[in-house]
Order: sequence, then C-alpha cells, then structure tokens
Amino acid sequence: MAIAKKALVWGLFAAGGTVSSFLFPFLIALFLLVALGATPEGLQYETIRGFASSWLGKLTVFGVLFLSLWHAAHRLRVVCHDFGIRADGAVAVIVYSLATVGTLLAAWYLLAIS
Amino acid sequence: MSTRQLELEILRYDPEKDEAPYFQNYSVPCQDDWAILDAVNYVKENLDTTLAYRWSCHMMVCGSCGMMINGDPKLTCKTFVRDLPDKVRIEPLENFPIERDLVVVLDDVIEKLQRVKPYIIRKDPAPENEEFNQPRSALMKFKQYTMCINCMCCYSACPQYGLNPDFIGPAALALAHRYNIDSRDQGKSERLDILADHDGVWDCSFVGACSEVCPKSVDPAAALQQMKVDGTMEWWKRKMGFPGGDS
Amino acid sequence: MSRNPYVRPMSKTTWYLRNGRFRIYALREVTCLLVGFYAFLSIFALRALWQGADSWNAFLASQQSTPMVVFHAFALVYFFIYQTVGWFQLAPKAMPLMMGEKKVAASTIVLGHYLVWALVSLFLLWFVGVI
Repeated sequence: MAIAKKALVWGLFAAGGTVSSFLFPFLIALFLLVALGATPEGLQYETIRGFASSWLGKLTVFGVLFLSLWHAAHRLRVVCHDFGIRADGAVAVIVYSLATVGTLLAAWYLLAIS
Repeated sequence: MSTRQLELEILRYDPEKDEAPYFQNYSVPCQDDWAILDAVNYVKENLDTTLAYRWSCHMMVCGSCGMMINGDPKLTCKTFVRDLPDKVRIEPLENFPIERDLVVVLDDVIEKLQRVKPYIIRKDPAPENEEFNQPRSALMKFKQYTMCINCMCCYSACPQYGLNPDFIGPAALALAHRYNIDSRDQGKSERLDILADHDGVWDCSFVGACSEVCPKSVDPAAALQQMKVDGTMEWWKRKMGFPGGDS
Repeated sequence: MSRNPYVRPMSKTTWYLRNGRFRIYALREVTCLLVGFYAFLSIFALRALWQGADSWNAFLASQQSTPMVVFHAFALVYFFIYQTVGWFQLAPKAMPLMMGEKKVAASTIVLGHYLVWALVSLFLLWFVGVI
C-alpha cells in the first residue's frame, strides 16, 4: 500500500479551484466588457503587453492558467465518471493531456512576449 | 392523545422465496409522538409478524435502525411521524445488499472499519501507570468524530460508495481521521498508506451528502477533505525524501 | 435458512438526478467546463498578444458580439453561484481553524473568503482601469 499518485493531481485540483474561485469572476467580467465593446484601459495593446512582458505579469498569468487548467482537467475526469463513462484510464490520459498542452502553450506564448 | 392513520409502504424481500424485493402496504394508526420505529414496531406486533428489521435502543445510541425514509437515510427512532406526510415509504439502507426485508448486509463496512486501524498507534511507548493526558484543545479537534454510532446512513447517502463499493467510504475514513488528528497518536503516516491509496480518500468527490444525513452531526465530508490535504502533503514529503511525518 | 442477498442496482448514468442535493452537486461539477473554456480563451488571447498589435486588436474585435455578451453574462452568474459560492461554502471543511480551545465558526471562515474575494476583485478592476 502506498499513497496513490492521485495526491499530485488532487493538490493541483484544489489549488486551481481556489485560484479560479477567486479570480475567474473577474476574468469572465473582463471578457464580458470586451464583448460589450467597452474594452478597459488595461487591455489596450501597449498596456497589456507591458504587463505580460514583466516577470511578475508572466508568472501570475502562468500560475493562474496552469492551476485552472489542471483543476478543470481533474474535475472533468470526475464528471465523466459521475456521468457513467467508466473508461477512467483513457479519460485521464485525454484530460491531463489537454491540460499539459494548455500549460505548454501558455508558457510558450508568455515567454515569447517581450 | 390523537392518532393519525399513516400509510406505510415497506420494501419486502424474502431471500428464500422472492426473485426481487417488492413493496407491501400497511395502514398504521400512529400516535402524535411516535417515531417511525414505533410505527414499524406496530406492524410487527399487530399486522405482520414476518417483517424483519434491526433495532435496539430506540434512543439514537445503538445505530441499528437506519433505513431509507421517503428516500433519505435516517434513524427511524429519530424520525417522527408528525414531521412526515400521510404516505411514508420505508426501504432498507441504500447501497447495501438486502439480507431480508429491511435488514442489510454490513460485512463490507465492518471489514473497512477494521482496515483503517482505528486505534491509537504509538512509536514511542505511551506513559505507563499514569493517565495519558492531552490538552482540551487537542480533544476539541477530533471530538465530533467520536460521536459516530456506525449507523451507516452516510454510506447510503454516498453516491461514490454506491458507484464503487471498493471505496472505503465516509464513516470508516472519518474514524481513521479521528485517530490521525489525536495528539496521542503516531500512526498517521502508516494509516495514510491505506487511506490515501486507491479506493481511499481520492474516490470522494465531495458531494457532502454524508455530513448532511448524519444523525449524530458528525462531519465525515470535512474529515475526507482534510485527509486529502494530508495525503497530498505526505506524498510530497516522501517524494522529497523526508521521512513520513506523524504530527 | 439460506442467504441470498439482493443487490439493488444503481443507475450509473442518471443517479445525480435523483435528489436536489445530487443535482446541485452535478451543477457544481460541470463548472469545470467553464474553467477550461476561459483558460483556453485566455491562452488564445495570449497568442494574439504575442503576434502583435494588429492581431490583438483583431482578437478584441472578434470577441464583440451579442451571443458572446449573453454567454459571458450567463457564465459569470453561473460560475459565481456554483463555483465561487460553492467553493467558499466548503472551504471551512477542508481547512478548519482553531483559536485556542475553540473552532473558528465556519461562517467566519466563509465570510473571510468573500472579503478577500471582494478586495482582490476590486483591486483587479482598479488595476485594469474599470474603476
């Protein structure tokens, strides 16, 4: 007997749940403002690029996206199980791969923005 | 005292005769202050002596009279006729095999209760010939978990146990947590090998139903989440080469 | 007397419709789709930002539409109710706090979460120049 590897993903899931609970209402509100055509000052190209060029900005955005992606992936795995999809191994591979791809893309773009 | 006629729909199953369980109706003149257990006792004494069910204390201590009452797992001695509609459906606890009528097979949870090592484990010897004191604050941390009477209502409420009977489940895990957080105990790391393995705490998806139905106000859902945190910390500790912590 | 225990089947695909508790749970769990959607939408935005000013402005313009307004408004309310409120409500169970000999009331911990959330949100709204 040993502690299952699920401990690792659960830790990411819990951290991501906390982060998204606190920050996603703001994030969604931001997209809502953009959709309304009322793009806030902070999303003008020069401003947002300035933010994304700073290491603080890069790290914050990466941290939020990384944890949220793994939160969503792990919960989606549970949802699949709850909705009756019993191929847990395959589901896990798919959702965690998606989270990995998202994580790598986020890291790539953030590093490339200067 | 006034009486009220209650229509009881009771699930019946005779393992020697029946292919499957079926409902049988009984009309019971109930007194205002009766619990559902009194109504079931009335059926047994006056209407149908063949009805099988478990009960003992009639005072929320023994934990043997748990049944599904209108779809919710409850102690029948704690569920009162005055709080119920005129039609009451009584079934054996869900998620357990039915032995006969309202009696369920509890072998699985009995095994699990033992598997989680629900006793104080010491690495250093405990003080001999004197009381093993602990501060009141240490007691308050785990006291609520000692109130469990093993009625297994939480297992009936838990969909994850229903979906996967290998899941250790709420009461046994909450009991393990009670020892994990006891200041006199040193067996947390050893226990986590069982609790945080497959079929352990990770099968819980925090539906929270276990805590809502508990007739003794124990909070297994809280224990489960705290054990997930403990399991995660312990996993990292071991990965980073620290010996298991037993605080 | 012979034993012949009867196992009542449980629906593996529709069990969560059975009672209100399970339905709320299911509604809470599917918030993960919104989290995933907004995470990938943000990554898409990062890509536009990386490509330069024209791409960024094109991205912003592409997001302006009535269906997206409706979707974001719905998502905001849904996410707040089922993820934020739900998560805060359950937080005291996962991390109980002791003050001396007493447990800190769950409602106090929940209230603390809302306060922090409000302050963080106000700060961020100020930071991006909305207020």
